[in-house]
Amino acid sequence: MCDTCGCNLTPGNKHLAFKPVAKGATAVSVLKGLLAKNDDQAGHNREHFDRRGILAINLMSSPGSGKTALLEATLVALKDEFTCAVIEGDLETENDAERIRAKGVQAHQIVTGTACHLDAHLVHDALHHMTLEGVDLLFIENVGNLVCPASFDLGQHLNVTLLSVTEGDDKPAKYPVMFRAADAMLLTKTDLLAVLDDFDPDKAETHLRNLANPAPVMRLSARKDMGMDAWLTWLREQLTAQRARVAIGQSRRPAIQSDGMKYHKATA
Amino acid sequence: MHELAVAQALVEQVDAVMGQHQARHDHDASSSDAWRATAIRVRIGPLAGVVPELLATAFPLAAAGRRMEHAALEFTHAPIQVRCQTCGAETEAAMNRLLCGACGDWHTQVISGDDLLLESVELETTPS
Ligand SMILES: Nc1nc2c(ncn2[C@@H]2O[C@H](COP(=O)(O)OP(=O)(O)OP(=O)(O)O)[C@@H](O)[C@H]2O)c(=O)[nH]1
Ligand SMILES: [Mg+2]
Ligand SMILES: [Zn+2]
Ligand SMILES: [Zn+2]
Ligand SMILES: [Zn+2]
Ligand SMILES: [Zn+2]
Repeated sequence: MCDTCGCNLTPGNKHLAFKPVAKGATAVSVLKGLLAKNDDQAGHNREHFDRRGILAINLMSSPGSGKTALLEATLVALKDEFTCAVIEGDLETENDAERIRAKGVQAHQIVTGTACHLDAHLVHDALHHMTLEGVDLLFIENVGNLVCPASFDLGQHLNVTLLSVTEGDDKPAKYPVMFRAADAMLLTKTDLLAVLDDFDPDKAETHLRNLANPAPVMRLSARKDMGMDAWLTWLREQLTAQRARVAIGQSRRPAIQSDGMKYHKATA
Repeated sequence: MHELAVAQALVEQVDAVMGQHQARHDHDASSSDAWRATAIRVRIGPLAGVVPELLATAFPLAAAGRRMEHAALEFTHAPIQVRCQTCGAETEAAMNRLLCGACGDWHTQVISGDDLLLESVELETTPS
């Protein structure tokens, strides 16, 4: 076996590595995360954040679940407390970044064109167009899509997944990869619950637990300013936790990426 | 879809493996032989968020004109397995019900099924 080819054997995967091959042929065992390059870049982005004590949060949801509306309300609420910055991912337009700038907050728009998700390289490019000095909280609004954004680590510390009450409470069961990745799940637009009779917040939470996800579930309406306090409190706690980690030279990855990281670490 | 991005990452990674392998084996006495990839084996679990069929469709596009262009892409399917933090049992589970098969608790850890790994690359020498 060739030790320069990223061979990465652990007791758990050793049996995969050795298999007979035809004469004149070699099987090079690799056992490396397919998205290793993205993960390396994400790790580098995370260093940018940690060096400055920034907490980076990746917001994911279906199109139109209220990510930008949540940010608008959050940025106004935290205006006198923290310095925030926002990276917006969108297929085509600058609209979301303009909505953020209208609140007096630094925003950089990544127009992804045909790419339906952000990746770590796109985020790194964005970082170099931004002023990170003095920033406490960086929000990354991912492209509205419940499928692929969950597969790409951006260097964020936390994933927040939004589910609006107009979408159906079984979304976590239908998109397990996305909802498994959530460090917090926000049920949004709860002001509409009164006129919807088929969305049961408790069922949405049960579907999340069925994914073995212990993440907190918060119910809120950004437009009608309902339930925002729990969310803001959670953000403050997470920023405090991030500062405590940074002080002792540690970082945090979204819970979901830990498995890939296990292999990744063993490579180094 | 993002399977094209994953296929491009796969092509880059296979290319790097081949480059390293070639460099190492060029030091061996015998060979200035060219290596070509005959098979690429990828391990994808249902929870990886990548659909093998779509990756198989995207691979030829990503590999066009590259030295692994003609390699067969093979998949190792990784069944979903969870370890229960309450009772310790290791059981199989379904994608959207990652509950312990023994006691039914949801406090489990996925120990297999979210893999997205390049497992191996099979290389053949073509004497030059
Ligand atoms: N009733 C109600 N409507 C809301 C709320 N939050 C957002 N909306 C509406 O939902 C629509 C989409 O909101 P956005 O904030 O643009 O959603 P988004 O997730 O950023 O959308 P994309 O970036 O396109 O994926 C808008 O018409 C908002 O006014 C809310 O709390 N209550
Ligand atoms: Mg938006
Ligand atoms: Zn995508
Ligand atoms: Zn950098
Ligand atoms: Zn080798
Ligand atoms: Zn159990």
